[in-house]
Amino acid sequence: MSETPILEVRGLTKRFGARAAVRDVSLELWPGEVLGIVGESGSGKTTLLNCLGGRMPADAGEVLYHTGDGREVDMLALSEADRRRLLRTEWGFVHQNPRDGLRPDVSAGGNVGERLMALGQRHYGNLRDTALDWLKQVEIDADRVDDKPRAFSGGMQQRLQIARNLVTHPRVVLMDEPTGGLDVSVQARLLDLLRRLVRDVGVSVIIVTHDLGVARLLADRLIVMREGGLVESGLTDRLLDDPREPYTQLLVSSVLTV
Amino acid sequence: MTAGPSNATVDEGYNFAFLDEQTKRMLRRAILKAVAIPGHQIPFGSREMPLSYGWGTGGIQITAAVIGPADTLKVIDQGADDTTNAVSIRSFFRRMTGVATTERTPDATIVQTRHRIPETKLVEGQILVYQVPIPEPLRWLEPRESETRKMHALAEYGAMHVKLFEDIVRFGRIETAYDYPVMVNGRYLMRPSPIPKFDNPKMDQMPALQLFGAGREKRIYAVPPYTAVKSLDFEDYPFQIEKWDQPCALCGADDTFLDEIITDDKGGRMFVCSDTDHCEQRRAAGHRGTGAPQSYVAAVEGGE
Repeated sequence: MSETPILEVRGLTKRFGARAAVRDVSLELWPGEVLGIVGESGSGKTTLLNCLGGRMPADAGEVLYHTGDGREVDMLALSEADRRRLLRTEWGFVHQNPRDGLRPDVSAGGNVGERLMALGQRHYGNLRDTALDWLKQVEIDADRVDDKPRAFSGGMQQRLQIARNLVTHPRVVLMDEPTGGLDVSVQARLLDLLRRLVRDVGVSVIIVTHDLGVARLLADRLIVMREGGLVESGLTDRLLDDPREPYTQLLVSSVLTV
Repeated sequence: MTAGPSNATVDEGYNFAFLDEQTKRMLRRAILKAVAIPGHQIPFGSREMPLSYGWGTGGIQITAAVIGPADTLKVIDQGADDTTNAVSIRSFFRRMTGVATTERTPDATIVQTRHRIPETKLVEGQILVYQVPIPEPLRWLEPRESETRKMHALAEYGAMHVKLFEDIVRFGRIETAYDYPVMVNGRYLMRPSPIPKFDNPKMDQMPALQLFGAGREKRIYAVPPYTAVKSLDFEDYPFQIEKWDQPCALCGADDTFLDEIITDDKGGRMFVCSDTDHCEQRRAAGHRGTGAPQSYVAAVEGGE
């Protein structure tokens, strides 16, 4: 790991009316690490993620990002043009519902190629080869490249969405419950795949999940949120095996074991 | 009001060119803005016209704003001067302005068109007015107007290629045949209105001024004379125009856009120029095609 974090969040606050959905959150994301954000429903995890990517304006705080060309920018203060360009090139966002992150009427190949075309690639043959290569990496058969995502199963759609995001080799990927709504065996395969891709591509990931099992498998570090604020943070194994805060203890002990 | 050398009777009780002067000034301001930013859509206060939306209300308003008593107007619909839309718009302007009308492209100072660019090359000083149904090229992939405006402002046009990509996926070639998206002056993505892509190359560096009006969508945009207009494509699937394996059955032209015409109820058909004026000029100059059935030729020649 290098000396400086790739992303520093300081004092991020987001209010909906009088209610603070995210309250004074500070965190750091280091290059190549997977940071898990866990907490019960309504604890502000998804709102935090949306604010980080500039998808939702925050009320206070800063999100300092170290760009690929060595600058430090505040994602919240950046002009819209620059922010959208960064989000398109150096960031990725994996939605909980793949329908939000895919174009259902565009073939799988077109979905994977879209970000490349947005970056100016204009060679159909190369775009298609890249798409085929990425479909293979996310374990989708090459003969499905011309099919529309609406004909895919939920797990395949989610894998396609991941390929669509990773194709430009982003530096930061935000994932919102990527395994939500999938059955357990499909979840397991997706987790294996994610682990491999994260290591291969070397991307830094913030993953939001309410599933501590997913967090244990994927995340290097964990942050526990409750009612918009940070409760506890630490290395995944430390935090799950030896929780310090009463709320974390409650969260960990409420997981059912089979 | 000085009427042109026209045989028309001008209807009393209407302002010149139907619209009141304030409205025409508003339109001219929008047109000037559009010319200043080639390809950029300018909103304007579209008026109710004595014609339903979808029949060229945008084009009519532009023509009404730029026409003067000394102008000569030509109106075409799908290349033809004698179709319903063209005939009624032409007679509308004859009654509202008294200007001269013509079917000959070189004689016209303003050409209002639906779905074609004349085959005869337009020259400096002429104005080509397009009737536009949907001005927004990004609409198919982004239904939100606020978002498409942002995409134009930031020149985020990459996703437009996804549409062409899907064509190649499904058909093995770019199958978009009309309203083929173009980049204007290297900056703004533009819908050229539903002209066949055959006409796209004519827009590039055209000496005439091109004005586009969408009445229902309340947008005006323009391509000034001698402006670069480039059709989108892929490096390995370059932009191509339609080709026919036979020349025009009436005038023998092999470089024009052809329409297929059914000539009888036994499966007989022929291909003729869609630009009727161009075809007639060629025939007047002695060019003859060979494909037309004898009965059809006799009827046409006899009727003239």
